[in-house]
Amino acid sequence: MTTLDTNDLQAVWLTLKLASVTTFMLLLIATPLAWWLAHSSKWYKGMVAAVVALPLVIPPTVLGFYLLLLMGPHGVVGELTTALNLGRLPFTFYGLVVGSVLFSMPFAVQPIQNAFEAMGKRPLEVAATLRASVWDRFVSVALPLARPGFLTAIILAFAHTVGEFGVVLMLGGNIPGETRVLSVAIYNHVEAMEYGAAHWLAGGMVLFSFMVLLGLYLAGGKSWKVTR
Amino acid sequence: MEGDAMNQIRASFKMQLDSFALDASFDAPAVGVTALFGPSGSGKTTLLRCIAGLERAAGSLHVNGATWQDETQFMPVHKRPLGYVFQEASLFLHLSVRANLEYGLKRTPLAERKVPLEQAVEWLGLNHLIERKDPSQLSGGERQRVAIGRALLTSPRILLMDEPLSALDNTSKHDILPYLERLHRELKIPVLYVSHAMDEVARLADHLVLLEKGRVIASGALNEMLARLDLPTAHFDDAGAVIEAAVTQQDEIYHLTRLDFSSGHLWVGKVDQPFGTVVRARVLARDVSIATQAPQGSSINNILNARIEEIRDEGPDKVIVRLKVGDAQALLSRITRRSRDHLALVAGMYVCAQVKSVALMP
Repeated sequence: MTTLDTNDLQAVWLTLKLASVTTFMLLLIATPLAWWLAHSSKWYKGMVAAVVALPLVIPPTVLGFYLLLLMGPHGVVGELTTALNLGRLPFTFYGLVVGSVLFSMPFAVQPIQNAFEAMGKRPLEVAATLRASVWDRFVSVALPLARPGFLTAIILAFAHTVGEFGVVLMLGGNIPGETRVLSVAIYNHVEAMEYGAAHWLAGGMVLFSFMVLLGLYLAGGKSWKVTR
Repeated sequence: MEGDAMNQIRASFKMQLDSFALDASFDAPAVGVTALFGPSGSGKTTLLRCIAGLERAAGSLHVNGATWQDETQFMPVHKRPLGYVFQEASLFLHLSVRANLEYGLKRTPLAERKVPLEQAVEWLGLNHLIERKDPSQLSGGERQRVAIGRALLTSPRILLMDEPLSALDNTSKHDILPYLERLHRELKIPVLYVSHAMDEVARLADHLVLLEKGRVIASGALNEMLARLDLPTAHFDDAGAVIEAAVTQQDEIYHLTRLDFSSGHLWVGKVDQPFGTVVRARVLARDVSIATQAPQGSSINNILNARIEEIRDEGPDKVIVRLKVGDAQALLSRITRRSRDHLALVAGMYVCAQVKSVALMP
């Protein structure tokens, strides 16, 4: 009976690391973006919203393909990273992070944006009349009231990154310890007819995803009910 | 003028929205309660939001000599020493009742804090509410009281209230009005009070700013404004005069109380207040009838000598009459056109005003 070898465990560890880093980066980027989308009335807001939502509809391989070109030796981003002495991003862990962040962007932005929109302007106006400055009312009122949206964003971004395949394959290939994440490892096992190992990884992923979601639903359930 | 400016609110705003233009200017004394009164859509809430800085209109605003807005500057909302009570209480649902009350207090510099927490709690009857964790569990009236307390705890130099009672049912309204009246009596800060309900205005306001279609059509002391026949307020179904009078005598046998005002007195149903207490009475135009001679054998308790100042037609069958009792107190009387002609009533005549009923607003 086949079991998991060190390569597989490395893939598990790498996947968790990628999902964590991606989720963290997404919170940093998606929060101001969601705030802007919820409150702006600029004419190009629709365009920005459409670009953010694009990964929902285009195939991951298409996104991966263009990122590969952009970050490659002849791409704008590639030339920039080379000029900055950062080397090139494709086939590195950080290349995967960039790809995953873009790919999971809508899953982070939309729940947070919905939460900001649902609370409306009133709580912020109230806070302003109670002497809270712009930053103060964002931190003391908007963030806590949007908590359910943040929880949803974290769950979705994390889970979506764990399950990612197409972007990774196009951008990162199959380098053990650097870019070989779980989904790629499973693919390798299946290609090599090692169904036993594939089962361990695939089954473990299903179980893990279920546990994460269950835990977050149970923990967040209370505050989710309070929202409306 | 400069001395005046210290106790004045001077506002002037212009704003063009899609469906409506605000072009409102008024001066009001920064003492007591000033009502911004008008039908819905007249721009009173927009005007109040401009004063708070929640809406950015062109114009200027000076409060007690301080410039909050002019051509060159716009003080952000959180820098303005004001309290704002919204139509719906808008408590922060992620905070406990106590944390809601303390939200603004914590953000008010120590040196500026004049209202201690205990004081606000006592004033608004929040003792049994303050330890509640979830503000969404409070009743509408309770929530609004917490919101008023929360605003007061920033020790504002002016309190802005946007129809604070309109979202409440009648029971909650009656529950909260005494608190507002108490604030009116005990609080030394001026209040701007937006309302479209004449009974609230008659009960609480000292000064009236009348709005129509985004413009201020008149402003002045409540009594004078309510007695002006050229204003729409005199032609409402519940038009009437307000009399401030002091308790001077109790008739224990018939359970009546005598109220004295500058030029006369009224007997009303028993008022359980000590002598000297000033109460507000509202006398509706439809409850005042006119006789050319002192009536004999009338069941009406209150008959006041008055002089007719002005008569205006009001529709095909009615006229509204402005009467003066003595030289200060105005009364309105709504009678039929036929009665006016039968009695040959004209301005300048001395008549007897028979007051059928008096609504007390203690």
